[in-house]
Amino acid sequence: MKKIIIALVLAAMPPLCTAAESQVPLDSVYVNLNDKASLQRGARLFVNFCLSCHSASFMRYNRMANDLDISEDLLKENLMFASGKTGALMKTTMPADDAKKWFGVAPPDLTVVARVRKPEWIYTYLRSFYLDEASPSGWNNTLFENVAMPHILYELQGSQRAVFKEENGVTEFDRFELQEPGTMTPAEYDNAMRDLTNFLVYLGEPAKLKRYTIGVFVILFLIMLTVLSYLLKKEYWKDIH
Amino acid sequence: MADDRVDKGRRRFLTAATTGVGLVGGAFAATPFILSMAPSERAKAAGAPVEIDISKLEAGQMIREEWRGMPVWVLNRTQDMLDRLPKIEEWLADPESANSSQPEFAINEWRSLKPEILVLVGICTHLGCAPVENFAIGPGSGLGDDWPGGFFCPCHGSKFDLAGRVYKGVPAPDNLAVPPYRFLSDTVILVGEDGGAEA
Amino acid sequence: MSGKFLTWIDDRFPLTKTWNEHLAQYYAPKNFNFWYYFGSLAILMLVLQIVTGIFLTMHYKPDSNLAFASVEYIMRDVPWGWLMRYLHSVGGSMFFIVVYLHMFRALLYGSYREPRELLWLIGCVIFVALMAEAFMGYLLPWGNMSYWGAQVIISLFGAIPYIGDGLSEWIRGDFVVSDATLNRFFSLHVAALPLVLVALVFVHIVALHKVGSNNPDGIEIKQNKDANGVPKDGIPFHPYYTVKDIVGVGVFMMLYLGIVFFAPEFFGFFLEKDNFAPANSLQTPPDIVPLWYFTPFYSILRAITYPLFGIDAKVWGVVAMGLSIFLLFLLPWLDRSPVKSIRYRGPTYKVMLTLFVVAFIILGYMGMKHPDHTDLIWFKNVRWAQLGTLVYFAFFVSLPFYSRREKTKPVPERVTFK
Repeated sequence: MKKIIIALVLAAMPPLCTAAESQVPLDSVYVNLNDKASLQRGARLFVNFCLSCHSASFMRYNRMANDLDISEDLLKENLMFASGKTGALMKTTMPADDAKKWFGVAPPDLTVVARVRKPEWIYTYLRSFYLDEASPSGWNNTLFENVAMPHILYELQGSQRAVFKEENGVTEFDRFELQEPGTMTPAEYDNAMRDLTNFLVYLGEPAKLKRYTIGVFVILFLIMLTVLSYLLKKEYWKDIH
Repeated sequence: MADDRVDKGRRRFLTAATTGVGLVGGAFAATPFILSMAPSERAKAAGAPVEIDISKLEAGQMIREEWRGMPVWVLNRTQDMLDRLPKIEEWLADPESANSSQPEFAINEWRSLKPEILVLVGICTHLGCAPVENFAIGPGSGLGDDWPGGFFCPCHGSKFDLAGRVYKGVPAPDNLAVPPYRFLSDTVILVGEDGGAEA
Repeated sequence: MSGKFLTWIDDRFPLTKTWNEHLAQYYAPKNFNFWYYFGSLAILMLVLQIVTGIFLTMHYKPDSNLAFASVEYIMRDVPWGWLMRYLHSVGGSMFFIVVYLHMFRALLYGSYREPRELLWLIGCVIFVALMAEAFMGYLLPWGNMSYWGAQVIISLFGAIPYIGDGLSEWIRGDFVVSDATLNRFFSLHVAALPLVLVALVFVHIVALHKVGSNNPDGIEIKQNKDANGVPKDGIPFHPYYTVKDIVGVGVFMMLYLGIVFFAPEFFGFFLEKDNFAPANSLQTPPDIVPLWYFTPFYSILRAITYPLFGIDAKVWGVVAMGLSIFLLFLLPWLDRSPVKSIRYRGPTYKVMLTLFVVAFIILGYMGMKHPDHTDLIWFKNVRWAQLGTLVYFAFFVSLPFYSRREKTKPVPERVTFK
């Protein structure tokens, strides 16, 4: 046992960098936490789609409602399916064991996913699912190869195929082709995914909504204190020659 | 080292101003630390008002629920139980509930919103033990031939009547507390919130 | 009234005496410059870390199943918990910035030289204790980087011949980093090491006030006293340096709180992305990187890639890292220059110190990067780290040889002021 661990650690120590991430360029996304309407739309998408399998188990419904100006009635009617209490944590109803059986891995908690992954990554990922008969779920993702997650949003986006090109013997992803349109146009879908990304950034750190504002006041106060103490220092140091 | 040309007034003013602003800053800085010890969102969620369904509560029956980690009793009193309440007032320490803890609406002879439905916090006002109910009357109760039914605290022998009122000559000083509550419907009670209501 | 009360106290406790000896009649050289702010700032950081730490401990759970969630609980559910957490996490990094600058000041002005050798040694022990404190604290959020960082560093002890394996198991209390490790690191981080640090800092100040502060000219002000026995170049610490240090605190707090409110992760330098994923014993993060203040030493560890005398390169790496810290302790005896301050030292020391700082920064940078990549010009990161390691050690090893014969400038009798 001991030897295995040491070997493992040794193996991990010098090179360390073996990310199996694909090198798809990330699309930029405009994240704006002051855009409450976008956050509200994102919350709706999150609750309707993501929360079926993933949890946001460090987040409470009422905190989200307060932060995003969602009324309690609206929250109960539209955003809460699983549990009754508004103070409850946003947990999925899907048992983790079942999920593991169905997908091979338990869907990870998404509360702080936007602090692990860049927003650009999330935005690109959500738009990079394509049909792939070879995959168990029937779906694959150019950004996250052989991802266990099926394209849960396909009724919105529709289904797309990935077109690959060969260059110097290397197969590279070229572009997507829409196979069957969904209920949204590509532009609408991109906007929706921007809302969802925006919401996930908020979800990662709700305190972000207020920390900038408080910070401005704190710095202004410190400037006042520092100027005063500088004058005081100047005054006292007149003694020293 | 002090110089004759030192402007004492300016020095004193700047010292006072810096100290003053510093103290204000200190107070601001202390605020988040003090507030961080207040009940968190988890505590608030756990302490949120609870709904108690009493549709299946027969006359003479009692159920226990939990609110903010405290036992809450709901007793559906029979007419007979209610009739006995005024007759024992001479044995009680605080029959009018003058010194006890309850919402305004519960300062009446039944200590409740609806006469038959009694809602109590099941914690003895002496040292916080959990009293037990004993609704038997007379010798069968084991609490004396004249026991009219009520609650008995096994820790130190405090006795309470069927409105949670404390007897004279027992260690508990006050009547059992009545929590804030209101009826959401005829069969559902919301404990933890009285809606600011007088009822 | 207050006079009477003070007498009552003074009869029972040396309040006025302490005040005078350490503040009102403690004479510090009047020529302190920018570098002399960092001592008081280090004390400020120690106090702030203890206070924020106390409040975090009220909500944190040292349990491998609950730790990660309890940190997010602090970030969301505890009123102002996010502020406590950021103050503490950013505070750790700020503490090291302050301490590194404080130590660099000593290199500039020879503050470790006689009669301040013991003061310097205590300071070095504080530095080591602080590194232990930071390392153990970093495990507590129980993120994936916490976990693997601890796993790698504790395994270093496994490199020690014969007892290594047993020792690293003993440190972990398990065969891998686990709940037992988390629990003991918590205990050491919140109780044992803070006590040690506070005691050491107290002793550090006692030693300082015994020998008196050095200054940018490296002149002993006690050797030139007036008729009252007061050093001619000395001024009472209070009020002159208290008011001056308050200005320093103001400016420093702007930087510190600016980061806390506007960039608490500080672009991944103070809070790493991978640490927002919970610890996973089956999946290493793509790059295991310690926080920035350890990377210079981590770089030295990884720079040794050749086996020697039939002993593994890994062992030599650990030896080199240990030595790089141990050499700091020897500094008072390695430096034999006739003068203390860089202002009057010869060009060799100036060049060596500059190279040392550049090497330290390069080592720090390479510690965050993959050894086999090329992130700087010319050659691979591991080569840069090896070069940096060479310069780092050359600074110490060459010092006794050239410093004795150094061509110095004449040191004035009185300090330079304005």
